[in-house]
Amino acid sequence: MDRLLFGINHMSEEKARAQAMRFRKTDAIMEVLDIAYDEGIRTFMCTTHDRIAEVAERVRANPARYRDFTFYPCMPYAHKYANAVTEHGMVGALKHFMPEDGLFATALAGGKALATREVDGMARVLIDMEMKMFAGTKTPVIFVQNVFTDLLLGMGFTRAFRIFHDHIVEKYGAEPAYITMNMPMLLDALAKEGIERPIICANINKIGFRMSGGFDAYLDALKSGRVRAIAMSVYASGAIPPDEAIHWISELPGVESIVFGASSAGNIRGTKALVDRYMRVAA
Amino acid sequence: MSSKVRIAVVGLGKMGLSHFAMVNAHPDAETLACDGSGFLVDVLSRNIATPIHKDYAVLLEKERLDAVVIATPSRLHAPMVRAALDRDIHVFCEKPFCLDWADSAALTELAAERGRVAQVGYHYRYVGAFREMKRILDSGALGRVTHVLAEAYGPVVLRPKRATWRTSKEEGGGCLYDYAAHPLNLLNWFFGTPDQVTGSVLGQVFSEGTDDEVFSTLRWNDGPTAQLSVNWSDESYRKMSTKIAMIGTNGRLYADRQECQLYLREPHDALPGYGPGWTVKYTTELTEDAWFYLRGEEYSAQLAEFIAAVRDGKGAAAENSFASATETDRTLAMIIENAETGLPVGAARARAPEPAKRRGWFGR
Repeated sequence: MDRLLFGINHMSEEKARAQAMRFRKTDAIMEVLDIAYDEGIRTFMCTTHDRIAEVAERVRANPARYRDFTFYPCMPYAHKYANAVTEHGMVGALKHFMPEDGLFATALAGGKALATREVDGMARVLIDMEMKMFAGTKTPVIFVQNVFTDLLLGMGFTRAFRIFHDHIVEKYGAEPAYITMNMPMLLDALAKEGIERPIICANINKIGFRMSGGFDAYLDALKSGRVRAIAMSVYASGAIPPDEAIHWISELPGVESIVFGASSAGNIRGTKALVDRYMRVAA
Repeated sequence: MSSKVRIAVVGLGKMGLSHFAMVNAHPDAETLACDGSGFLVDVLSRNIATPIHKDYAVLLEKERLDAVVIATPSRLHAPMVRAALDRDIHVFCEKPFCLDWADSAALTELAAERGRVAQVGYHYRYVGAFREMKRILDSGALGRVTHVLAEAYGPVVLRPKRATWRTSKEEGGGCLYDYAAHPLNLLNWFFGTPDQVTGSVLGQVFSEGTDDEVFSTLRWNDGPTAQLSVNWSDESYRKMSTKIAMIGTNGRLYADRQECQLYLREPHDALPGYGPGWTVKYTTELTEDAWFYLRGEEYSAQLAEFIAAVRDGKGAAAENSFASATETDRTLAMIIENAETGLPVGAARARAPEPAKRRGWFGR
């Protein structure tokens, strides 16, 4: 994994709206991605939002320009599913995201209980549908998005992580990964499913902001060598000065990468410079 | 471990699933679930360790329970809550509480009689920015508040669509119960039940069976006048967004899920740390981390407080009591009546007219 990953920050509603306005056109997204790419940040961590399909299209269309451009897809795009469940109900939403003529849509329409292997197959089809937009691009790491990870984790439906893991490895030859707000708890749950040294993306920051399960539990997990962590929210929504934040992260064991979101060239270059200064030697 | 709270989450729909995940992850809870048959129950029961009952009556009959979380369609709340209280089981009920506020009042009384922790899931009261708004208001720093605007917007019904209970008025669906209940509940928290409701419109945009937008004017005799503007057919919002703005004689106060902004004309002794002009506080700095985070600290926090109250043998809810949710149910009923009849509901007391002063040509 690269040391520095570029992402889209969706934490605040205000920011999300400002971004929706600014990035209405794919050109505006590409402009920022181009700045990051030219700074040597080649990995874009993103949801499976419809808009990303257009970014993937641009990348495919210009292989000379984007030879090393790498996507880290995070699925599913939660609001898309939540809204579909409200609109169509649980089963209706599932059908909505399945290929229309597929076996599973037919099975669901039948309304009878499905065998476990049918449910597993359905999960694989849903993953494939989300991955469609990335066909022909590099996707070496593929994530389950945090609301979904944490919903499965909370319910104790950890077998779903195993299904995801196996399908990502077998079909995409990629590394399965998980975004969570509850890293210590997730790490134990994955271990029970036999998933060792997983890639986990979680909030990791000096002030313990949104590190559920406790700051100390996070540090213990990182020190244990059981996790390959990607740190997000390293600035804790702006509460920690960048230099201090990155310096602190660089001295933590177990953190392999940082994902950050920025929309100005200055912020992108600033974060890149800090990571180069503090994290290059740490490898 | 017998010291754990044995708690059943009833109804595994959109809210129920999320409640179930959070309760199930709570270190002090031993969790059960209950839902009728269906695709999801079927999949879950074969994949998770938690027992899932299919019949509520059987659940209450067979299991020794300390508490239930009721997250079924709204019309089922009243009978299910009553059945639990009759067995001395503590209750957390999803909002809106009851469709008939007479039921809400009766259940409030029953819960008090039985000394049960009885709470309703109005999670906005656990959002840091709205808690700060309440604290500022109670401090008196804003002066006399006269002018309030309460809003909620989001993308639920964006086109004509098939009916579910959420789109059926009789079952407690619609924008009024689903969306408007939240800003109204905050207004009840701040000012109580309004004395008069006028100008209510329950408008349809795409739905046939129910309302997609709500307007109303609410008046408190010893408080402000508030206008309510709610619309769940607004795609420009990614998800539901609730916001309250108020103007008082000493400034302006605004809050949404993200932040609380206060403009003070003069600093106030009861509110140290806020100077003149604008001060902004973010929910992130006003919020404590949850034991388990799923979709916002407020959802975790309300369940944590409920579980703690049951565990510690408290006889009542710390926040969002049945009594407070009954105020909201009453307010909802006033808006419906006003919209249907076009007549004012409740009585506004005319403000005492100020005696006219005799002034000279340049009197001031």
